[in-house]
Amino acid sequence: MIFGYATAARKRRDALAMWVVRAMAGLTLATMALVLIYVAVNGLSAVSWDFLSQFPRDGLTKGGIWPAVFGTLGLALGSMCVSIPLGFGAAIYLAEYAKPGPLVTGIRLGVANLAGVPSVVFGLFGLSLFVALFGFGRSLLSGCLTLGLLTLPTVVAAAEESLRQTPASFREAALALGANRWQAIRQVILPAALPGMLTGAILALGRAAGETAPIIFTAATAFSPALPDTVFAEVMALPTHIYNLAANGSRIAETRPQQFGTSLVLLALVLGLSLAATIIRAKLRRGRKW
Amino acid sequence: MTADAAKPEASRRDVEPPAAERTTQAVAEPASVAPAGQPPVERPFVALRPRLSPAEKGSRLFFLVCAVAAMGQMLLIMVFLFGEAAGLFLGQDGQPGVSLRDFFLSEDWYPTYDPPAFGALALLAGSLSVTVCSTLLAGPLGLGLAVYLACVAGPRTREWVKPAVELLAAVPSVVLGLVGMAAVAPFLQNVLNLPTGLNVLNASLILTIMATPTVASLGEDALTAVPKDIQDASYALGATRWETIWKVTVPAALGGLSTAVILGLGRSLGETLVVLMVAGGAAHIPLSVFDSVRPLTSTLAAEMGETAIGGRHYQALFALGALLFVMTLAFNLLAWRLSRRWRSGR
Repeated sequence: MIFGYATAARKRRDALAMWVVRAMAGLTLATMALVLIYVAVNGLSAVSWDFLSQFPRDGLTKGGIWPAVFGTLGLALGSMCVSIPLGFGAAIYLAEYAKPGPLVTGIRLGVANLAGVPSVVFGLFGLSLFVALFGFGRSLLSGCLTLGLLTLPTVVAAAEESLRQTPASFREAALALGANRWQAIRQVILPAALPGMLTGAILALGRAAGETAPIIFTAATAFSPALPDTVFAEVMALPTHIYNLAANGSRIAETRPQQFGTSLVLLALVLGLSLAATIIRAKLRRGRKW
Repeated sequence: MTADAAKPEASRRDVEPPAAERTTQAVAEPASVAPAGQPPVERPFVALRPRLSPAEKGSRLFFLVCAVAAMGQMLLIMVFLFGEAAGLFLGQDGQPGVSLRDFFLSEDWYPTYDPPAFGALALLAGSLSVTVCSTLLAGPLGLGLAVYLACVAGPRTREWVKPAVELLAAVPSVVLGLVGMAAVAPFLQNVLNLPTGLNVLNASLILTIMATPTVASLGEDALTAVPKDIQDASYALGATRWETIWKVTVPAALGGLSTAVILGLGRSLGETLVVLMVAGGAAHIPLSVFDSVRPLTSTLAAEMGETAIGGRHYQALFALGALLFVMTLAFNLLAWRLSRRWRSGR
């Protein structure tokens, strides 16, 4: 190919290719927007304050989804109690202490591959370890532990990136003033990196709230007449509620409004959390003074 | 180093005393000062090794334990998956084990019959069919979107489209599954006049919606990482925008782009709820995209709830999980290798 003056044919091809790319992008984005709008339009008529605040009635065909909302919030927040301490600790080790070597390569490889393990496999793992071996049974606790391990790679990756973005000069200044590593981390690096690390945790929280497969056999029940009073109780959850109504129930067509209503609530929760994290992250980047 | 060996006294003193003391000693002991007329002796550098405080040691240990636990989790998953799966092949309680040949090459999956049959071939074929079909769609679409975001869109458009795409990757799969059941299935059934709309095509379409944002987001990262100067060089030679994208930017980002597609493929392969809800659930090898299939993941999710923990069906499901795990691990390692080579190549 000789690059010379752009001939008319080449210019035409360029314009055509640009429009093809734009059309592909437009088609993809439009399809996705259509899906969201479809769920929103169908769900909106079902969602009301009663829908959010009441228990399901009449074999799940009437009433609300309050126990599922409660269960999903409990599972998502509980999973963060597992993944935040473990994930932040691992990220601090990787970003602040680790020197290149087989151990660090192993840790990185392990965490990176963990992110690609299918969520249903985490469900199997949770079932055999927490439900069966530890004897926690199908419970809020087993679900939180399973989801906590599932979201660990997300938390580690975001936290490590945030730690790495704090300038080396912060670290050097602290060490030059006679701080030891731990003092430098606790008093200088963590305060600077923590907002970014928590943003990653919010993203993981959203992911935990939307996961279905890992909790089907570790935590979820189709119906509970009361809110769980211990961590060893089964819980309802929004994603499994949608699945049960849409794919398992005997009155699938009849409960469509509930299915879409629950979907809209779940979508609002998950996308709301992700959106919040995205906005906070953009603000952090813009407002950063270093 | 030779000076060090020649004057052991001087080098020993270097380690311990503070600067002030050292000066006085140097004056008192002229032997350690270099004789006039010769260049001053270079003092060897000795790194200070302060004793670590308990907090320093404790925190370091804690962080190390966290990191090792994160890695150990991967090993633990493998131990549990393969441990439970081994029971199926080795046999237990007087029952003979299932041979690997039967597991991989038989398409009869009748786990609750007597005698049961545990052939995974049809389930494997189900998984592969939806994964391949969805990757054929999500790959080009996602990369197209990536090229649009990285090379075509203006900065203003990019500023809000890129976060929107990342947000779409967070849509829970159960919601997409519902859309597949309630909207796509009746549509396919009516338009194409099929017995059921729950088939490979439907599952592939929904998986495409799910995987495209992942491919686009990772692909865009790879394209923006291409150095600006080689693109500028292409423009300086008179290439058009498309020629630059196609012949310079895309080849330079090829490692990252293939990583994006492979990770998207891995996501489709491991996705459970979409295929559980819209793939139909028939355990046979599909002959066309209009056939129902029962992928590995949906078999796990559908049957695990009804099995006795520790029984043969339970073990067989873990064997499916192990198979799924090995396949996704292979894709991930491939993606990791590709992205590493691509990064070290620059």
